[in-house]
Amino acid sequence: MKPDLSVKIGKLKLKNPVMVASGTFGYAEEFSSLMDLKKLGAIVTKTITLKPRKGNPPPRTVETAAGMLNAIGLENPGIKVFIKDKLPFLKKIGVPIIVSISADNDSEFVELAKILNKTNGVSAIELNLSCPNLGTSRMVSQLDKATYRVVRAVRAATKLTLITKLTPNVTDIGLIARAATAADTDAISLVNTFLAMAVDKDSRRPKLANVTGGLSGPAIKPIALRMVWEVSRTVYVPVIGMGGIMNTEDAMEFIVAGATAVAVGTGSFVNPSASIEIVDGIKRYLQAQKIKDIEDLIGSIKC
Amino acid sequence: MIQIKAKLIKNIEVAPNYYKMVLDAPAIACAAKPGQFVNILAGDKFEPLLRRPFSIYNVNDSKLEILYRVVGKATELFSKKKPGEKLNVLGPLGNGFDLKTKKAKILLVGGGIGIAPLVFLAEKLTGKEILALIGAKNKKHILCVDELKDAGAQVKIATDDGGIGFKGSVTDLLKQSVRPKDKIGVIFACGPKPMLKEVAYIAKKHKIEARLSLEEHMACGIGACFGCVVNTTRGYKRVCKEGPVFDAREVIF
Ligand SMILES: Cc1cc2nc3c(=O)[nH]c(=O)nc-3n(C[C@H](O)[C@H](O)[C@H](O)COP(=O)(O)OP(=O)(O)OC[C@H]3O[C@@H](n4cnc5c(N)ncnc54)[C@H](O)[C@@H]3O)c2cc1C
Ligand SMILES: Cc1cc2nc3c(=O)[nH]c(=O)nc-3n(C[C@H](O)[C@H](O)[C@H](O)COP(=O)(O)O)c2cc1C
Ligand code: FES
Repeated sequence: MKPDLSVKIGKLKLKNPVMVASGTFGYAEEFSSLMDLKKLGAIVTKTITLKPRKGNPPPRTVETAAGMLNAIGLENPGIKVFIKDKLPFLKKIGVPIIVSISADNDSEFVELAKILNKTNGVSAIELNLSCPNLGTSRMVSQLDKATYRVVRAVRAATKLTLITKLTPNVTDIGLIARAATAADTDAISLVNTFLAMAVDKDSRRPKLANVTGGLSGPAIKPIALRMVWEVSRTVYVPVIGMGGIMNTEDAMEFIVAGATAVAVGTGSFVNPSASIEIVDGIKRYLQAQKIKDIEDLIGSIKC
Repeated sequence: MIQIKAKLIKNIEVAPNYYKMVLDAPAIACAAKPGQFVNILAGDKFEPLLRRPFSIYNVNDSKLEILYRVVGKATELFSKKKPGEKLNVLGPLGNGFDLKTKKAKILLVGGGIGIAPLVFLAEKLTGKEILALIGAKNKKHILCVDELKDAGAQVKIATDDGGIGFKGSVTDLLKQSVRPKDKIGVIFACGPKPMLKEVAYIAKKHKIEARLSLEEHMACGIGACFGCVVNTTRGYKRVCKEGPVFDAREVIF
């Protein structure tokens, strides 16, 4: 029996539910000699902005218990250079390319969406809403109204499948997810990293130059699972789950909890081919359990 | 660049807290160039989570050698590994040293564990007149003297306590050793950041080209996360990809 691993995210059909998370897979080129990129369900690019961004000063990463902090600061060459230098390689791989975008204001978001809308080889847009909301100290996806406003604006500017990626640093994740679906997002992806900090007690300095950073890796998995579960039972659109997925078991847990697809982030640093090993692992699991269609597992949690 | 499970052949303490490990890693060993590094996983239970980068100390046919100092969780675990165990190794990574030089005289400067990539480098700098300056806290921590001599290098030593060789820092020894009439082609250096900053300063003053091997905290080691950047005259550059070796003139310390 060959189980059906394919899932749908908006208009996008993925041959399997495993993708790689934004910012943890570069522009895929870096991994090409280490694994068969064609086996991936989809690739999400590092977040791109309209203008190039220099990023934060180093040190930008530090390891913590079963996890790591990062404060990269969205270093990227800007949309123009991305399309010219990075997209050609990505296009050739032959899997859906989801371009992650972020911006300082709504009009930049709209401009990015319009550019991608007419760019050949882009399958979907992921909105990274962990950016500051216009002149406030809050991120867009910490505020339901701002989330609605940005998703609405981008939705009107593109026909591409639109995925909204949420920060977990909120008191009510369901409220933000509903704001995104009310603005007609095709899918929700979560979680981004948890705001965190590491301190060197001897030098009395923060370990990251940026002072705070985002926590990722196995340490966040239980919280990520809870949020994916909560959101998937709150909204009708598919949820892409991530947060500490290192192997097949982790991925299956997210799918059972309600994720239609999953993404591997920090896991790719530890094992560059973790994502495609998970594809094979899920296939084997379905065969062993005699489950014909992955759809039968999605959100199958008994509670 | 490949990922392999390499068998540990040897893992011995060569000085207090300094170890040498030999791995059976044919595919990495034959592709390796001096100045490149490998990224090794210490545990399989995600604690510590990330791989750790180590310079390629030497290659011997199919064998890959690493010289390391125990400083924390991962290196502590490595020091306890026994021959026969397998380690997950990713490499070779990074650019490595550019070996081209116009003039025949070469200076190598290694501070502490920064000596690690310099023996392999000395072996590949054939037909050159090499002077290696090595610095450490004390006599016990001076490593690789014989190996450097075997590679044809003349060796000078600096120790903080003066127990052997010059008393003082390796950069003070460097200041003494660069005489204008010497016409030095290139200074190759590896060591802690303050040392490299000083080497860059001395090299600039004497108008000598210097190639520095830098370190930064790494998450992926393959250029994917942009976590390991160093500030340069060309903007932030990834130590794992555009480095670890940089021209001293472009590094902004
Ligand atoms: C390109 C490159 C090549 C390297 N080559 C060698 C080598 O040949 N031999 C060798 O012994 N080491 C080398 N290092 C350093 C080595 O990677 C670290 O010592 C190691 O990662 C420490 O891991 P740990 O888990 O034992 O220490 P941790 O528990 O992670 O840290 C313990 C302490 O060491 C400090 N530390 C951790 N990493 C570094 C670092 N990169 N530089 C300075 N301090 C650090 C931490 O801040 C902390 O205070 C290299 C690093 C790089 C980037
Ligand atoms: C080094 C690093 C860089 C990241 N960069 C981005 C980014 O540019 N855009 C984004 O939406 N998420 C980014 N993330 C978040 C991941 O995509 C993912 O949401 C998060 O790390 C949780 O998954 P994980 O635990 O599997 O890593 C980054 C994470 C890491 C570790
Ligand atoms: S460690 Fe990830 S880019 Fe260098």
